[in-house]
Amino acid sequence: MNKKKETELYLHIPFCMKKCGYCDFLSFVADEKMQETYVGALIRELDFYGTKYKDRLFTTVYIGGGTPSWLSEEAIARIMEKVRECFLLSDDAEVTIECNPGTVTEQKLLTYRKAGINRLSIGLQSAHNKELQILGRIHTWEQFLKTYDLARGSGYSNINIDLMSSLPGQTPELFADSLKKVLRLRPEHISAYSLIIEKGTPFYDRYRFDAVRQQAGLPTESLPTEEEEYETVKLTQQILQEAGYRWYEVSNFALPGRECRHNIGYWKRTDYLGVGLGAASLIDNIRYSNTADIYDYLKQCGQIREGLFENTAEDGTVSEVPAVNFHASAEALSRNAQMEEFMFLGLRMVDGVLRSDFEEAFGISVEAAYGEVIEHLKAEGLLKKMEGRIFLTERGMDVSNFALAQFLH
Amino acid sequence: MSIDQNKIRNFCIIAHIDHGKSTLADRIIEHTGTLTSREMQAQVLDNMELERERGITIKSQAVRIIYKALNGEEYIFNLIDTPGHVDFNYEVSRSLAACDGAILVVDAAQGVEAQTLANVYLALDHDLDVMPVINKIDLPSAQPEEVIQEIEDVIGIEAADAPRISAKTGLNIEEVLEQIVTKIPAPTGDANAPLKALIFDALYDQYKGVIVFCRIKEGTVRVGDLIKMMATGATDEVTEVGYFGAGQFIPCEELSAGMVGYVCASIKNVRDTRVGDTVTNAKSPCKEALPGYKKVNPMVYCGMYPADSAKYADLRDALEKLQINDASLQFEPETSLALGFGFRCGFLGLLHLEIIQERLEREFDLDLVTTAPGVVYKVYKTNGEVVELTNPSNLPDPSEIDYMEEPIVSAEIMVTKDYVGAIMTLCQERRGVYLSLEYLEETRALIKYELPLNEIIYDFFDALKSRSRGYASFDYELKGYSQSELVKLDILINKEQVDALSFIVFKDSAYERGRKMCEKLKEEIPRHLFEIPIQAAVGGKVIARETVKAMRKDVLAKCYGGDITRKRKLLEKQKEGKKRMRQVGSVEIPQEAFMSVLKLDED
Repeated sequence: MNKKKETELYLHIPFCMKKCGYCDFLSFVADEKMQETYVGALIRELDFYGTKYKDRLFTTVYIGGGTPSWLSEEAIARIMEKVRECFLLSDDAEVTIECNPGTVTEQKLLTYRKAGINRLSIGLQSAHNKELQILGRIHTWEQFLKTYDLARGSGYSNINIDLMSSLPGQTPELFADSLKKVLRLRPEHISAYSLIIEKGTPFYDRYRFDAVRQQAGLPTESLPTEEEEYETVKLTQQILQEAGYRWYEVSNFALPGRECRHNIGYWKRTDYLGVGLGAASLIDNIRYSNTADIYDYLKQCGQIREGLFENTAEDGTVSEVPAVNFHASAEALSRNAQMEEFMFLGLRMVDGVLRSDFEEAFGISVEAAYGEVIEHLKAEGLLKKMEGRIFLTERGMDVSNFALAQFLH
Repeated sequence: MSIDQNKIRNFCIIAHIDHGKSTLADRIIEHTGTLTSREMQAQVLDNMELERERGITIKSQAVRIIYKALNGEEYIFNLIDTPGHVDFNYEVSRSLAACDGAILVVDAAQGVEAQTLANVYLALDHDLDVMPVINKIDLPSAQPEEVIQEIEDVIGIEAADAPRISAKTGLNIEEVLEQIVTKIPAPTGDANAPLKALIFDALYDQYKGVIVFCRIKEGTVRVGDLIKMMATGATDEVTEVGYFGAGQFIPCEELSAGMVGYVCASIKNVRDTRVGDTVTNAKSPCKEALPGYKKVNPMVYCGMYPADSAKYADLRDALEKLQINDASLQFEPETSLALGFGFRCGFLGLLHLEIIQERLEREFDLDLVTTAPGVVYKVYKTNGEVVELTNPSNLPDPSEIDYMEEPIVSAEIMVTKDYVGAIMTLCQERRGVYLSLEYLEETRALIKYELPLNEIIYDFFDALKSRSRGYASFDYELKGYSQSELVKLDILINKEQVDALSFIVFKDSAYERGRKMCEKLKEEIPRHLFEIPIQAAVGGKVIARETVKAMRKDVLAKCYGGDITRKRKLLEKQKEGKKRMRQVGSVEIPQEAFMSVLKLDED
């Protein structure tokens, strides 16, 4: 019997009670009717894939958003039931749901557990109510504590907490304080992101000039300077490592063995199927993304059809990729693009990439493909080679954009 | 078929910038039915895309219009549009020489401005009859009667019956047309005399070759004639003659004395047809050429390099094509350590430079790196040799230099009296020598200064506008050369001299300029993984320094649910940005940095 291909599943729930000022994720406010219609479409999409991917073994499931925990518990139960009906889940599958304090009840948490969800990712962002207010969050620190207690009480033993640094007016010390408060709870996993001012968000209108100054290393008005940001990052790494957490990816920390397997899959280029509005997939070296237009998505899911997606390259040649009518893009990755991804995604992990993995995937040595870049980065002190592994140094991680960009053509 | 000279009127429109010259031209063309309103794009005469955007006329244009006058007769109007900027003074003078009269447009709200005067004097110099028109009387602030009085007082021409019009709305345009018939003289000249035609413009067409725009002063030219350009000596057979419809060439049998039109003679090189030259018949030439021809020399030079060094040949081709229509553009190959292969180009002035630059970018799709513009210095060497220096990098060793001279212009600035002080301060700061201050009327003054050209080519115009809140106008002409203390300012980035950033500067300004240049470059150069010192030096001595700090942090933290494409795009953008940089040693310098010396006084 053939070994089943390991695959991950991502489910997107694009709804929030209220959109935060910094957020540029695909999410919006919607009424119950819309939520119900959407879940219906999502289930049709799952059904379609169920017959298609019978021969795959799903090792992780991740329900992200938006705020999935804002949906009714029945909706989540229905979705999970459908997932189990359609796909073969491994016995030890990691099944995560993102939830926001203020939308979670004990009932919901228990329903999730019954549905097979074994990991929670809680969007806290800050332990200071003033900062939560600036961000436009719907909850307080106290509400979060309640949610966390409920989660532990309901038997969850694998919890991630999202924190955000580099907030307007935030000093490295203030962030460290948030971090320490969270550490008292001993979550298994902590994601510590820097705030990025994205175009099209209210924060962009408010802070875009500051964001430019920050990037240029100039004095800022309300955002922390680049120097403070740098200090915060260093302080975060230090505090978490001292507390026994392992820094394993650019902005992720975990107690040993509690790294997020789903996210590691992205960096290792494991196949993943994204279901729902705007969701992205990597299947057999083809990258897909679903339409991000909610009405289009609902319509296309009403009558799912397979066909061919036409891509026109820069030189005018047209190529065809198998796709489905709800796809907005479908791109077969060239061998070159696959190798580039292998490097710029793999090197986001502190452990880096294995030379043997590269050779197995592409039939040539990593030096044959990127010898020059590797030597250049080594000379700059940004990259190291040791015991068959290639990885970024601490300095390399600090300026990972620069280092990773070198691997692109 | 010959045309009665008495039924021809050759004229131009002169005005201060923004007083409505092009709009009036449009209305005249529209009113006489040369074009229907529907066909008419705003400002038909300015047909280069760039001209329309900037609202100025860069090249001369001409159009022939048929007008049926109130007396029942049909007249041929040849309207010759003239460039409106001081950079193109010579072209203006040749266009005027092709006319017999000029319509002077004066804004009813603004009155007589510096350029109005300059243009009127130019027109009078060419013996043109000047016919005033008061425009924009629809403006609430219009004071037509005061402006008429001002024209009579300041310029000294009769203006009492000047048409009061609004070119914008078309009000009283008939009156202008009637006055063209009655006030502008018909041309004279003997159609049977030897050919004598003035070239006022030339254009290259890929099918017809060079198209020469001319005014026939004497004689007649027909297809098959052998013609000769008197200054360049080029001889060719005429393949086509004709006149100008709106936006098109209309061939005809012959052009005779008094007429304005074009001549094609399978000339392949525009350098053979210089504006101001005289065309005559090679077999029976006229005795002497028309007066006023001169070879115009560039006043401002800069280096132009393709951003992508593989495009060097494309840049050369593009410059050659532009030169075909613009004999005043000069260029020769040069090499820079920082920028590779490019050209040292000469221009009439800064506007001319900017226009060429934009045309190269737009019409030829080239990405350019331009170095700081400079003027032509005269270097007198101790061995008696005189070097005309157009590229700072070629400055001889100081030990070989006896002394240097820089070009000086006489400048006339007209300004309302509130800003006289501010403008005089500006001129002093720019090493100006005060000549005179004269009040043309109670509120307006004409300030005359002598200024070094290199003090006005960068940002003088902008400074003038900002210090007078836009009320000052400015005109200058080259006066000559004068001895000056000049030094070469070098820029070192990460301890390496960047030749393309060197420039010549007045000794006492070196420190200030060097300091500002370092500050500006600090802003322009992105942070690298290492610290980058930026230094300004004169003769090996560092006079200013700034440092670009090393980059501390550069990460993409977020993960968009597996949206790798987005991450990739961000990284690609970062990489793409690098391609627009120039590598000097281990430092990547953005192309804009090479122009930054231009912006030193912006704040």
